[in-house]
Amino acid sequence: MSDRVPVLKLGQVLLVSIQVDLEDQIVLDLQDDLAERIVATGATGVVIDITALEIVDSFVGRMLANTAAISRMLDAETVVVGMRPAVAITLVELGLSLGGVRTALTLEKGLALLERDRTARTGRP
Amino acid sequence: MAVERASERLVELLTRDDAVQEQWVTAVAASLGSRISRAELERELSELYQALLQALGKGGLDWQDEAYSEVRALLVELSRTRARHGFTPTETAVSVFAGKDVLEPTEGSTAEDITAYLQLARLFDALGLFTIEAYARTREEIISAQAEQLLELSTPVVKLWEGVVAVPLVGTLDSARTQVVMEKLLQSLVDSESEHAIIDITGVPAVDTEVAQHLLKTVVAARLMGAECTISGIRPQIAQTLVALGVQFGDIVTKATLQDALRHVLQQSGTALPSGGTR
Repeated sequence: MSDRVPVLKLGQVLLVSIQVDLEDQIVLDLQDDLAERIVATGATGVVIDITALEIVDSFVGRMLANTAAISRMLDAETVVVGMRPAVAITLVELGLSLGGVRTALTLEKGLALLERDRTARTGRP
Repeated sequence: MAVERASERLVELLTRDDAVQEQWVTAVAASLGSRISRAELERELSELYQALLQALGKGGLDWQDEAYSEVRALLVELSRTRARHGFTPTETAVSVFAGKDVLEPTEGSTAEDITAYLQLARLFDALGLFTIEAYARTREEIISAQAEQLLELSTPVVKLWEGVVAVPLVGTLDSARTQVVMEKLLQSLVDSESEHAIIDITGVPAVDTEVAQHLLKTVVAARLMGAECTISGIRPQIAQTLVALGVQFGDIVTKATLQDALRHVLQQSGTALPSGGTR
């Protein structure tokens, strides 16, 4: 039994905080869990917190892009928050610009971004 | 056995005349001019002279030998001082080679003297080369230390406004510098929780495709972290060059001056501008 990344519900938003080394299986499990939870909860936003993530490879980069695409298909906007400078530089060097993934500096700003989005979309606070 | 005899002869050669050391100092002083005081020169050379005598006394002509460690240490010290004070390599090596000239055989020298002198000359040559090596090493240390200082000096990240940081780039951009700039900028974004960054390239003399590529990478990295980057300070000439090169900044906002960039950023973040600030 490998570690699983918990998916937490916070109002209309699902919060995924990655605290473990991302092995391939964990990533695949996470995608499954997240998709199921979005459908089950009807969440409108997903925040992936990678503050604790120190090492990335192209697989993880692609996983972030894929997760965002899956969520969007289920009508939930994804924001990746807390990326470290070293991680950002690595991703750029790998040629991954994570097109289509929204980013924010901190969890707080990420949640605010989703809130603004939702207000704009529904036209009510 | 032969070596021991030879070094004994050398000690004799060096000490046959009290004036040897004196002449040595005079010869060096003549070539260095007034840039170093005679007293200091005398101190340096007498230490070296004593150490050399001692090493020769212990026997052996091999300068890499344990017996010469004191001599080598003194030579390294001498080279370092010379390098720091801006003397040329020749002026540094002369301090050693002058000792050879002083001991040059005269008409009255015996064959044995000449053989000893030749051996001494070989030893001095080796020590002279060692001096130059130490000199070069010191210079290189100085250069690399300066390069490091320059790198640190030339990449300040300044906070312009609440949530806005700027990097005024000065000088030529290469991969190494871009790396430093990128790291510093991204780190300051994290530290100050700024959502906007302005890269000002007014001080960059020339922008080619490589530099543009570096800038693009920095902007993309900042975006990945959730911050927007604006590039400012693009001079008319640079704009022309970039277009001629076919470089496209895509959807990255570029502004002519830092002022315009700051105004744009403040408008974006919805900060109220002081009256008269819009145009």
